[in-house]
Amino acid sequence: MLNNLTIAQAKKLLDQKKLSSSELTKFYLDRIKKLEPKISAFVTITDKEALKQAEKADKLISQGAKKLLLGIPISIKDNFNTKGVQTTASSKVLEGYIPPYDATVVNLLKEEGAVIVGKTNMDAWAHGSSTETSDFGSTKNPWNIKRLPGGSSGGSTASVAADEVVISIGSETAGSIRQPAAWCGVVGLKPTYGRVSRYGVIAMGSSLDSPGPITKTVEESAFVLNILAGQDKFDATTSPKNVEDYTKNLNQKISDLKIGISKRYFDQCEKDVKDSVMQAIKVLEKLGAKIIEIDLFDPQYAIAVYTIIQRAEVSSNLARYDGIRYGNGRDKFGEEAKRRIMLGTYALSAGYYDQYYNKAQKVRTLIINDFKKAFSQVDVIIGPTSPSTALPLGASKGHPMFGEMADVLVEPSSIAGLPGINVPCGLSSENLPIGMQIIGPQFSESLILNVANQFEKNTDFHKASPNI
Amino acid sequence: MKYTPVIGLEVHIELYTKSKMFCSCSADYFGKEPNTHTCPVCLGLPGALPVPNKKAIEWCMAIGLALNCEISEFSKFDRKNYFYPDLPKGYQISQYDQPFCKKGQVTLSSGKKIRITRAHMEEDTAKLTHAKVDGKNVSLIDFNRSGIPLVEIVTEPDFENAKDVVEYLKLLQQTARYLGVSKADMEKGDMRLEPNISLKKEGSSGLPNYKVEVKNINSFRFVEKAINFELERQEKILEEGETPKQETRGWNESKQATISQRSKEEAHDYRYFPEPDIPPVRTGRDEIAEIKSTLPELPQERLKRFQTLYSLSSYDAEILAREKETADFFDQAAKDAKLHNVSPKQIANFIINKKPDIEKTLPAELIQSVISQKTSATISQSDLEELVKEILSENPDIVADYKKGKTNSIQVLIGKVMQKTKGQANASEVKTELENLLK
Repeated sequence: MLNNLTIAQAKKLLDQKKLSSSELTKFYLDRIKKLEPKISAFVTITDKEALKQAEKADKLISQGAKKLLLGIPISIKDNFNTKGVQTTASSKVLEGYIPPYDATVVNLLKEEGAVIVGKTNMDAWAHGSSTETSDFGSTKNPWNIKRLPGGSSGGSTASVAADEVVISIGSETAGSIRQPAAWCGVVGLKPTYGRVSRYGVIAMGSSLDSPGPITKTVEESAFVLNILAGQDKFDATTSPKNVEDYTKNLNQKISDLKIGISKRYFDQCEKDVKDSVMQAIKVLEKLGAKIIEIDLFDPQYAIAVYTIIQRAEVSSNLARYDGIRYGNGRDKFGEEAKRRIMLGTYALSAGYYDQYYNKAQKVRTLIINDFKKAFSQVDVIIGPTSPSTALPLGASKGHPMFGEMADVLVEPSSIAGLPGINVPCGLSSENLPIGMQIIGPQFSESLILNVANQFEKNTDFHKASPNI
Repeated sequence: MKYTPVIGLEVHIELYTKSKMFCSCSADYFGKEPNTHTCPVCLGLPGALPVPNKKAIEWCMAIGLALNCEISEFSKFDRKNYFYPDLPKGYQISQYDQPFCKKGQVTLSSGKKIRITRAHMEEDTAKLTHAKVDGKNVSLIDFNRSGIPLVEIVTEPDFENAKDVVEYLKLLQQTARYLGVSKADMEKGDMRLEPNISLKKEGSSGLPNYKVEVKNINSFRFVEKAINFELERQEKILEEGETPKQETRGWNESKQATISQRSKEEAHDYRYFPEPDIPPVRTGRDEIAEIKSTLPELPQERLKRFQTLYSLSSYDAEILAREKETADFFDQAAKDAKLHNVSPKQIANFIINKKPDIEKTLPAELIQSVISQKTSATISQSDLEELVKEILSENPDIVADYKKGKTNSIQVLIGKVMQKTKGQANASEVKTELENLLK
């Protein structure tokens, strides 16, 4: 009865007093205990705190309190600061670090009564697309524990796919929500840059980082975005734009919708991926959408731009871990972080700035304009989220550009700050999930959620769950 | 061989805003318990983000406007990356190529013009104290100062002597105080000076191929000494046919000398890049005009007005205009004085010579003092005392009346004293004297 509960289903059980939040939380904690040896989705399990929060939620429920996530067990990626709870970004540099404050996103979730059962594993500092660069060991894909979950929010997507929690919160710089969501067969939304506050999220690429929900259904994604979205006085880059009710337009007809597809986004895909996504687009076509072929830049350009800008920002963002504070020395930095610090430092050095960083910013503008041009012809762009399904454990080892290749199809839209959502759209011959992404113009979350929901309502892919 | 000094200045001024530059911590940190004015932002904790202080930006622009700078309608913050234990983020948020203010100019009393290259906004660092704790040598970090708004004002190398440098610095200090944006207290480190000094052959054009920057100067006196020391030191080296090393030196007061700190080879590569956590700052012309309209009359204008409007000597005008509070007080008193037939010059003399506590005195009270001083007299205190004793012994009846409680009778005595002095005594002084002796 408690299998793969959505937020709405869990809330119904709680509201009808068929179950207390304490019981629900215990159920998930038991599941975590049972599955963690196989999956390793968590860095920290906060069972005691969670049970306390659940008890508090039960009290509030009995008093008739109405909060959006009251009593619902969730997990949060370990790069979100949680007051009083170890926050490491999966790096040994921050092992044992207990932050004195909550990230804005964590604050918002707590205010809505969410029960946080733990902090999820990730690529150390979010540097990667496999979660196997975590200093605390790799997370495994619940669909096949010999496979990677993707990353960097791999712990979050695995915890949702394995039904260790109802929902999770991840963050994406370029692909870190959508790509692991695709590999784990869950819904992952990367909002427009500036839609959700970054305050309290351990910075990776500051001009790109976007927190977002990881859920089992599109409706939940919209529901959680309602909680997270909005201007934050602690984050100067958040947008003052009005926050819509993202659940309101989930059921609009898409008969007038113009969908753009770019052949380049399919060129480098595995056959199963290509076929499933094409099949999915046909479903939308049947619902009345028009498919229009558009010509976008080769995503390879975005990789070059992204690599320079993100490494430059990383080299500066990681400077504060100078060995003086936080208890651990700089020798605790892993290979990937060191590589990024070196590359970013080089790209910003006197004499190289114009050649690299400045040039990358100029190309970034070209990519933004390329998307603008595309969105003058179409409403949304659809393509595969990742060129492949989940790769075997160890695949990232010895491949410094592994992440960039795995994220080749999400980096261009990240560079442009666009919102995108991954929805499951099939299983490969090896029984691994395939995801498609729907990208829209800036602040078009309502629209892409609507398209994603129409697809989900007319297919059964979201109902598939791993046998674990 | 004769040489011409080539001197430029970098001055840092801490703004006296309510809160810090990028967080809501109180900026009133001086003398407070260490690490009590801190939060995740100014401690540079993981995940914390800076949100710029609008007031500080306005004040930076006000300084720029006072120095006749152009104010940028489009400006941005940049990260200046370097390691130091007093810098919690590993970078300082500053401004690189698009400062809020640029291309200004000030004119010294001699008529010499000093070009202002730029005035930009940045954040202060934490404060390091090297101490012995439990027998161990340690460095203590106080983050109360971390994130205090700082304006850096850079001049072109237009100065040719230390005297002009000091005049400029005093003017800058005065300007900051007139604007009410900083206490500009050198001893508290509100204002920090870094001259860069070199020498070129007299008559030659262009800049020398080296420069020496001097740090750690915390008084106008020291800056004069440091510059003169450097000019002499560098001249000796040049006379020997060599070029002084490009380096950073520090002023050592006990040695009365500058000491080498860092050479050019050790210079930082700050790897500046635009601060991604803060969107560019756009300031409309109307906003700039608005800030300009709030500027008070500036020190030099006021000095000039005091001389022309009140016919004061430049010496008097300079003293009165030095502090804004004194100048405002004088302005008010001089205006009111007209009604009482008192001249501004008399008011000026009174303020300069008697140094009244203007915080406790109203301009009107001051005018009264000036008037009574005028009518008071030439009679000396001892003569007055003699006279009063005389009158008292001449009028035992009235004294007896007074002692019985008819205190009004003192008026008769005052009248008699005044009569005898032919009006040369001050009535209130006479009264005081009488009361003293009647006790």
